Amino acid sequence: MLSRIAEALFWIGRYIERIECTARILDVYLQLLVEDPVIDQETTCRSILAAMGVQHEGEADQATVLRLLLHDRSSPHSIAYAVEAARENARRSREVVSAEVWEAINTTYNSVISGRLARSRPADAFRLSLERANMVSALADNTQSHDDGWQFIVLGRHIERVDMTSRLILTRTYATGSASTWQITLRACGAAHAFTRTYRAIESPRAAVEFLLLDRLFPRSVAYSLGEVARCLEELDPRQRRIGFGGDAARIIGQARARMDYLSLTELLADLPAEMGVLQQVCADASNAVAKRYFEGAVAPEWLGGAL
Amino acid sequence: MDELFDGYQAQPSTYDEMFDGAQVRPGYLGVRRQMERLSSDEVRLRADYLSHTYLDQGVTFDIGGEERPFPLDIVPRLIEAETWAHVESGVAQRVRALEAFLADIYGEGQAFLDGVIPRRVVTSSPHYLRVASGIQPPAGVRVHVAGIDLIRGADGEFRVLEDNVRIPSGVSYVMTNRRAMSAALPEVFAHHRIRPVSQYPAKLLAALRACAPSGVADPVVVVLSPGAYNPAYFEHALLARLMGTRLVEGRDLMAQRGSVMVRTTDGPRPVHVIYRRVDDDFLDPVHFRRDSVLGVPGLLNAARGGNVTIANAVGNGVADDKLVYTYLPDLIRYYLEEDPILPNVDTWRLEDPSHREEVLDRLDELVVKPVNGAGGKGIVIGPRATKPELDVLRQKLIDDPRGWIAQPVVQLSTVPTLIGNRMAPRHVDLRPFAVNSGDKVWVLPGGLTRVALPEGELIVNSSQGGGSKDTWILASDGNREPVEAQPATGGHALHPAGGARSSRGGGAHAVTAQGQAQSTAVDLQSNEGSAPC
Repeated sequence: MLSRIAEALFWIGRYIERIECTARILDVYLQLLVEDPVIDQETTCRSILAAMGVQHEGEADQATVLRLLLHDRSSPHSIAYAVEAARENARRSREVVSAEVWEAINTTYNSVISGRLARSRPADAFRLSLERANMVSALADNTQSHDDGWQFIVLGRHIERVDMTSRLILTRTYATGSASTWQITLRACGAAHAFTRTYRAIESPRAAVEFLLLDRLFPRSVAYSLGEVARCLEELDPRQRRIGFGGDAARIIGQARARMDYLSLTELLADLPAEMGVLQQVCADASNAVAKRYFEGAVAPEWLGGAL
Repeated sequence: MDELFDGYQAQPSTYDEMFDGAQVRPGYLGVRRQMERLSSDEVRLRADYLSHTYLDQGVTFDIGGEERPFPLDIVPRLIEAETWAHVESGVAQRVRALEAFLADIYGEGQAFLDGVIPRRVVTSSPHYLRVASGIQPPAGVRVHVAGIDLIRGADGEFRVLEDNVRIPSGVSYVMTNRRAMSAALPEVFAHHRIRPVSQYPAKLLAALRACAPSGVADPVVVVLSPGAYNPAYFEHALLARLMGTRLVEGRDLMAQRGSVMVRTTDGPRPVHVIYRRVDDDFLDPVHFRRDSVLGVPGLLNAARGGNVTIANAVGNGVADDKLVYTYLPDLIRYYLEEDPILPNVDTWRLEDPSHREEVLDRLDELVVKPVNGAGGKGIVIGPRATKPELDVLRQKLIDDPRGWIAQPVVQLSTVPTLIGNRMAPRHVDLRPFAVNSGDKVWVLPGGLTRVALPEGELIVNSSQGGGSKDTWILASDGNREPVEAQPATGGHALHPAGGARSSRGGGAHAVTAQGQAQSTAVDLQSNEGSAPC
C-alpha cells in the first residue's frame, strides 16, 4: 500500500462518515425547530454550530445553519465540502477504490456541484446525503478486499464516528434541558430505535448517555467505535510485542477505551462536556499518530537502519 | 415520419464511410436498419445516456484544470474484416520498422552509413537523446505501446498521418466506449459480430512483463503518472486498475544503488517495469529538467544498469518526429525488406530547397505542421488562414526549415454523427494501438476513432473540441474467439426461501410456477410456527 493511497483512503472513510453524521444532526434538529413551539431558534442554531466547531459571528438562523453545514462548498464543515473532499481523495486513489465506490462518490459529487443540496427541500437533501454515504460505505465493505486499504477506510470511518458522537452528546448540554432532549440526541445518533429495543421507552438521561457511550453492541456508540479503531490498528500492525502496543495510535485509543470501560457512569456524568472534550482530543491525537506512522513516514524507520 | 438518416448529405470529394452517394455501403446496412427502428426521440435519449454515464463514471479529460466528459457519438464506426486485416498488418509493420530504426540510431547507426537517412535529420531532433544511446532494452523492445494515426482520403485508402511512440494515449476510451455503447445500443450491438477490445490490459501487462529485466521471476509492474491533474489521469488510473498494478507518482518511487523501489506502508519494495506516462523531459531530474518534481532522480541510471525497464523507452521521440516520418517508407524497405503496406500522406520537407520553394509558393493550399507538435497545436491550414497569418508563417518557415513539414489538405473521411436531432457528416481519423512484447506486435482490434465535432473541422484532437466514436471491427470466421458457455443443467438450485414471507403472495405476478413453489416453501415454514414478536 502506497502511503499516499493509504492517506486518501483514510480520509474517504472520515469524510463519508462526516456526511452521514452531519445529515443526521441537521435532520433531527431542524425538525425540532419546526415542531417545538417554544424553542429558542437562535440558541438552538448556535448550539448546533458550536457543537460542530463552526466559528460564526452574527445572526444564527436556520438558513445560516443550512448554508454553513449543508450546501456551502466553501464552508469546511458542510456536507457539500465533505463530498467534494471525499471525491478528490477517491480520484487520487482511483485504481485502488472499486469502480462502484468511485461511481457512487462521483455521482454524489456531480449532483452536489449542480447545486442539488441547496435546491432540494432540506429533508430531501439530508435523505440524499444519508443514503449516499451509506451506499458508499456498503459498497466499500462489499466490493473491496478487506486488505490494508480497506482497514484504512474503516479506521477513518470509526475515528470520525467517535468524534461526531461526542459532539452530538454535547449538543444536549447546550439545549434547553427539557426531559425529551435526550430522545432528540438519540435520534440524531440514529440510536432511538436501538435504545428503545434495549431499555424500552423509559426517559432516563442516565440510560441514554450510558447507551451512547458504553453500549458494546450498538455500532454508533463510542465504545463500539473505539473497539473498531483498535481492531483496525491491530490489523494494520499485527506485530506482537511483549511490552505495550504497536504504535502511538493504538496506545492513545487503548487509553481512551480503558477510561470508558473503568470510569463509573457517575464519574463520566459528573463533567460530561469535559469528558467529550477528552474524546475529541483522542480522535485528533490518534489521527495525527496514524498520519505520522503511515502517511508521512513513507519510509519505515526499520529500513533506514538496515540499508546504511 | 422522417427516418434518422433521411436528408443526410455526404460532402463532395470526401469519402463517407457509411454512404456511397445515396446508397448505404454494405457494411453499414445493419446499423442503419437497427437504428431506424428507434424513434428519433429514443436515439436522442440513448445519446444522452452516453453523456451522463461518462459523467457518472468520471470518464473525463482535463482542459485547463476543468474536468470534461469525453463526448461519445451514438453512431458506431464500422471496419470490415478484410479492411482491418490490411490495417493491422500495416500498423504492425510500421512498429517493427520503428523499433529497428530506434535500435539502429541508438546503436551502430548503419542507416546513416548506408545513406538511407541523413545523420543530421536524427541528431537535430530535440527528441534524440544522447543519454539513451548504448542502452540495451530488455527483450530489445523500445516501443512497448504505439499509436499510429491513420486517415482515409477521398479514395478511401488508409494512410498514416503520424506515428506516436512516446506515450500515446486514448486507449482507455476504446474500452469505455465499448462498454457504454453496448449498454446504449444493445439491439444494434447484438446484430453484429464485433471483435472485443477488453483484452487490452492483459495484453499490455503480459508485454510489459515479457520486457522485464532478465533474471526476474515475477516482475513488478507499476504505472507512473504525473498525477491527478494530468489531462490523461483517467486513463492512467484505468490502466492501473485493469492491470491490477500500482499507480504511482514520481515521489512514490526512489532509485537506490541502481534499483528502483516504491515507498509503501511496509517500507520500500522493488519495481522492475515502469509503464510511464511522464514525458522524457520530466522523467529524471539528474539527466533532464532539473526543476522537474514529477520524475525520479536516478531512474535513468537504473535503466542503463539493466535493473528496471522504462516503457516506452527514453528517446523514442525521435521516431515520431514528423521529419523522420517522411523517411519511414524508405526505412521500412531498408530494415524489413518489405514494401510499406500503409502509405504516408504526401509530405514536403522544408529542409529541401526545391521542396521549400514549392511550399512557399503554394502556402495557401497546404497544411503546415511543426515537426514536434502534438495535440493539433501550431498547425496552419493554408486555405483557411488569413493573409497576415500566412505571412507570419512564411517567415517562420524561412527561419527554421527543420521545424516544419507541409502536406496537402487531406479531406478526412466522414461518418454520420448525431448533431442535435439530425445526422450530419463529421470528419474522423483512427488511432489503432499496437503492443510489442518482443516476439510479437499485437494490434488491438478497434482503436480510437476521433471525430471533429464542429462542422467542416479537420483537427480531431480532444483538446480542440473533438469527440469519439466506438470503432467496431467486424469478425470474420477466421478470428472467431471461442466462447465457453455454462452448461444449462448441473447448477444447484437456489436455497428455498427462508425466513418469514407473506403467505398471501405478492399479487398478480406470484401466479407463476416459481411463485407457487415458493409459497409452498413458505407454508412449510409457517407450519413450524414461528411466534409473532
